[in-house]
Amino acid sequence: MSLLNLQLKVWRQNRGQSGHFQDIEAKDIPDHASFLEMMDIVNERLIAKGEEPVAFDHDCREGICGMCSMTINGVPHGPEKATTTCQLHMRKFRTGDTIWIEPFRATAFPVIKDLVVDRGAFDRIQQAGGFVTVRTGSAPDANAILIGKEVADAAMDAAACIGCGACVAACKNASAMLFVSAKAGQLNSLPQGQPEKDRRTLAMVRQMDKEGFGNCTNHYECEAACPKEISVRWITKLNRDYAVAAVKESFVGQQERAEGGE
Amino acid sequence: MALDSKIPSGPMAMKWSNHKQDSKLINPKNKRKYTVLVVGSGLAGSSAAATLSELGYQVKCFCFQDSPRRAHSIAAQGGINAAKNYQNDGDSVHRLFYDTVKGGDFRAREANVHRLAEVSVNIIDQCVAQGVPFAREYGGGLANRSFGGAQVSRTFYARGQTGQQLLLGAYSALNKEINRGGVKMYPRTEMLDVVVVDGHAKGIITRNLVTGKIEAHAGDAVLLCTGGYGNVFYLSTNAMGCNVTATWRAHKKGAYFANPCYTQIHPTCIPVSGDYQSKLTLMSESLRNDGRVWVPKKASDVGKPPAQIPEEDRDYYLERKYPSFGNLAPRDISSRAAKEACDEGRGVGPGGRGVYLDFAESIQLFGQKTIAERYGNLFDMYERITGESAYKQPMRIYPAVHYTMGGLWVDYNLMSNLPGLHVLGEANFSDHGANRLGASALMQGLADGYFVIPTTIAPYLVTQKPASVTTDHPEFKKALEEATQRTRKFLDIKGKRSVDSFHRELGLLVWDKCGMARDKAGLEEALRKIPALREEFWSSVIVPGSGEACNPELEKAGRVADFMEFAELLCQDALHREESCGGHFRTEHQYPDGEARRDDDNFCYSAAWEYTGDLSKPNLNKEPLNFEEVHLTVRSYK
Amino acid sequence: MSAVLDSLSRFYASSIGKKILVALTGAVLVIFVLGHMIGNLLIFAGPDAINEYGHMLQTALHGGGVWIARLGLLAAVAIHILATVQLTRQNRVARHDPYRQQKPQVSSKSSRAMIWSGLTILAFIVYHLLHFTVRVGNEYNGEAYKTELHGETVHNVYKMVIDGFSWAPASIFYIIAMALLYSHLSHGVSSLFQTLGLTTHRTAPVFKTLGHAYATLILVGNCSIPVAIWLFGYGR
Repeated sequence: MSLLNLQLKVWRQNRGQSGHFQDIEAKDIPDHASFLEMMDIVNERLIAKGEEPVAFDHDCREGICGMCSMTINGVPHGPEKATTTCQLHMRKFRTGDTIWIEPFRATAFPVIKDLVVDRGAFDRIQQAGGFVTVRTGSAPDANAILIGKEVADAAMDAAACIGCGACVAACKNASAMLFVSAKAGQLNSLPQGQPEKDRRTLAMVRQMDKEGFGNCTNHYECEAACPKEISVRWITKLNRDYAVAAVKESFVGQQERAEGGE
Repeated sequence: MALDSKIPSGPMAMKWSNHKQDSKLINPKNKRKYTVLVVGSGLAGSSAAATLSELGYQVKCFCFQDSPRRAHSIAAQGGINAAKNYQNDGDSVHRLFYDTVKGGDFRAREANVHRLAEVSVNIIDQCVAQGVPFAREYGGGLANRSFGGAQVSRTFYARGQTGQQLLLGAYSALNKEINRGGVKMYPRTEMLDVVVVDGHAKGIITRNLVTGKIEAHAGDAVLLCTGGYGNVFYLSTNAMGCNVTATWRAHKKGAYFANPCYTQIHPTCIPVSGDYQSKLTLMSESLRNDGRVWVPKKASDVGKPPAQIPEEDRDYYLERKYPSFGNLAPRDISSRAAKEACDEGRGVGPGGRGVYLDFAESIQLFGQKTIAERYGNLFDMYERITGESAYKQPMRIYPAVHYTMGGLWVDYNLMSNLPGLHVLGEANFSDHGANRLGASALMQGLADGYFVIPTTIAPYLVTQKPASVTTDHPEFKKALEEATQRTRKFLDIKGKRSVDSFHRELGLLVWDKCGMARDKAGLEEALRKIPALREEFWSSVIVPGSGEACNPELEKAGRVADFMEFAELLCQDALHREESCGGHFRTEHQYPDGEARRDDDNFCYSAAWEYTGDLSKPNLNKEPLNFEEVHLTVRSYK
Repeated sequence: MSAVLDSLSRFYASSIGKKILVALTGAVLVIFVLGHMIGNLLIFAGPDAINEYGHMLQTALHGGGVWIARLGLLAAVAIHILATVQLTRQNRVARHDPYRQQKPQVSSKSSRAMIWSGLTILAFIVYHLLHFTVRVGNEYNGEAYKTELHGETVHNVYKMVIDGFSWAPASIFYIIAMALLYSHLSHGVSSLFQTLGLTTHRTAPVFKTLGHAYATLILVGNCSIPVAIWLFGYGR
């Protein structure tokens, strides 16, 4: 194990105010430490000096809760592919490195403090339609709905999204399309999700627009930044599902939908 | 106070049906007059909040995370048990019930466990209907696997992230109800206290973690779904935010804390690499199917690279001690064996707290490709964290705290002895006894939330006039003032030591004296040191920043202060229970071969501790355990 | 009626709705540039071929054909630009406090510069229309640019193009615009399949290659004309 000396440029900001970078010397950082443990060490030293520690979001520290964020040297969750910040380790850095640490920046993710942002917009999109309307206790036997392995696996690929917001943070336009498409896509591709597919798609996209996210211009930075490697093909599917739903909403009445067997 | 567990009458298999039949109902028009406060949004909290809202109750749900979807249920990897018998391998509700009682080392309440096994089948139906993408066969049916040494394949799973998928299912149900207006969600809101009015839990005090605002919420019942207390050990596989505050505050307001000494250790975690370590990462136990556990025979060899230690100098201690189970010996046994090896100075890696899990033989036998297919993602995770390749050198593993079976005492209706206060999921003590089986935690959380509480809350609510108490009541004002004072106190100490340094010291002490193996002398030592540490905390902790904004140090301070008090009760319970059972191992009580020696004559009860105002003198209440269906036996893994 | 209009206006107001319109109008323009290029390449078949082609365009449907095409193209261009400008403005607002360090991982410069390549192409189109279609500031509407074809007096497109590109600044601007069109198409063509929901895991690399090949074809084809005339003296 070796020790690293690093120069940090950390974003400091209070809610509702403008922010700035603070230069922080991070000396003698064990290279076995995780990135967040490096932040812990830095914070302990700030506290010892009587300064306020850097606020950042984190919880499970095993890459599944989606709470940790941070844009590290211009890349959400840092340089390692398919890895959340909490799983990034300091051996990926060299002594003498300067590390820029910024929050996940998007107007729809207002800064609460330092590196902590409010991702409530994701919850509101899910609340608008990210569910199957089924009452507890009313479900048929689990094996009454047969779902081919390929379909189940594809739905699982989408469901792997941890809702961290790296897709928004990485997108040049701060678009939430990868998140929304993965969430809608999981349910839209399963038989259980069919009855309210159109309603769900329209509701989730409209809420996404309302939250002030940008628009997808097909750069695929989201896919590259996603710690769970969610594919942009879910965005393709959302585009398609939305077009179909919007056309039906515009031109097809209830009765014709019933005749269509829906 | 006498504990009334309210176990329904009748034969075991009929108790739950009878109880549902006999329970009072509330008219739909009246349901909406009741407000239920749900604290926590994991599997138990989300599922309870959603289902109660579907029934027509007004629900307020609180979580300290930024979204209800991030509760720590999300981290469960393995799966969820259900007695579906889709594999036709002889599983049944009775078998799941039997396995759970036996696995819990006969320290669980039979009636609760039977109900859990009964509703397990409904859980899977419900989750599939919500769109949870469980693993499937090519024919479209659900896939199962055998888990945690079970002899039947009853575990349903979704890749290595069953917890996340089940939680997202419950979260979607919650979202549906938020959208409909039945649930009001309060994310980034931490519960600071329970408000008790005339002996009933009628509300909570919360702090908004964004603005710092301390607020009161009144309700007709309070549900605590706030998880376990594993972070009392500082290092555990729990998320950083997991804490005992909600249950501990309720305990101090009168709720009994039961069996805190039952803590589960997971044998295959990545060892501590230095004093900066913030948490431990669990590696799936499935690794033990193909890995061989060993340490050097001679303590002088621990510093050598493993490849330089010849075969004859290696001690494959699990294979040696437990020839029939070998490397697959149960969690607690393999955990303790690892501790013993390290205590003898034969542990490997930084700090000497680690043992090897060696895949060399399997790689030779099956080829690297096969091993990569089986464990590739785990090997990758190991390499990401340690920088070492388990294909080239043995993994290092060490046990870590993983789950806590103890919790607030509840009756059959999941209500604590404090009327109105209900406790669900890991936060209660009810279903796992002294030890939890793999893939049963998810089952219990969802059983409590989806299927039990919606039925069992009514018997309490019918006795209450809806909305009879508001936050204008003097008790609310008092609780609000106390919480505000306490928050201010943390900020005013302005000492020298950080909150984390205290938490770390407490954790090391508790892990050392009340971890995998406990003894009288060690526990007594811990009981001397904990109050001293607590005193130091209250005089010399430093909490920078203000109370009127987002302040993570302040949040931690509140949680650690409660762990400081709780740790004492944990050790007292461990000291009083002069036997070894499940997750509680007293070195004085073992068979000559090292097996845990249970004492059914003297300790066949749940210990429900009552707060007396003096932390050093809690009052013990006993709920005797009667086993009608499953006969007490001694387990043996020889 | 109003229900349909309401739904359509909601469609346009949505992010995906606008993008779909951008993709559809983009598809029209993609096809147009190919047709336009093929027609122009007739210049290499000699004066009669291109003049006849020009005359045919002018007189199809008694002169109405060209106007139908012009209005259609104008609408496509207008919608394409209006929607993209609105989308871009929303995108700016969506991150009002920009990163001080941002490191793109996979996106191409072309994809990130679509609005700039697009607006420059728009400026070029205006110039190009004034130059060759409206013919202001030049003599191309004069008698010198009339010629006889099959006994009819027609516009001498051939002479106009040769003269036009013999002036170095016109050729240079044309080539710059075509380079930007290449950039625009290299992202735009594969992108439109994605936005219309037609891309699959298997076809994604195909569409990407196709987009680049198409952009290259248009670049080479269109630039061959000013290069031949201006640098190699073709037709002069």
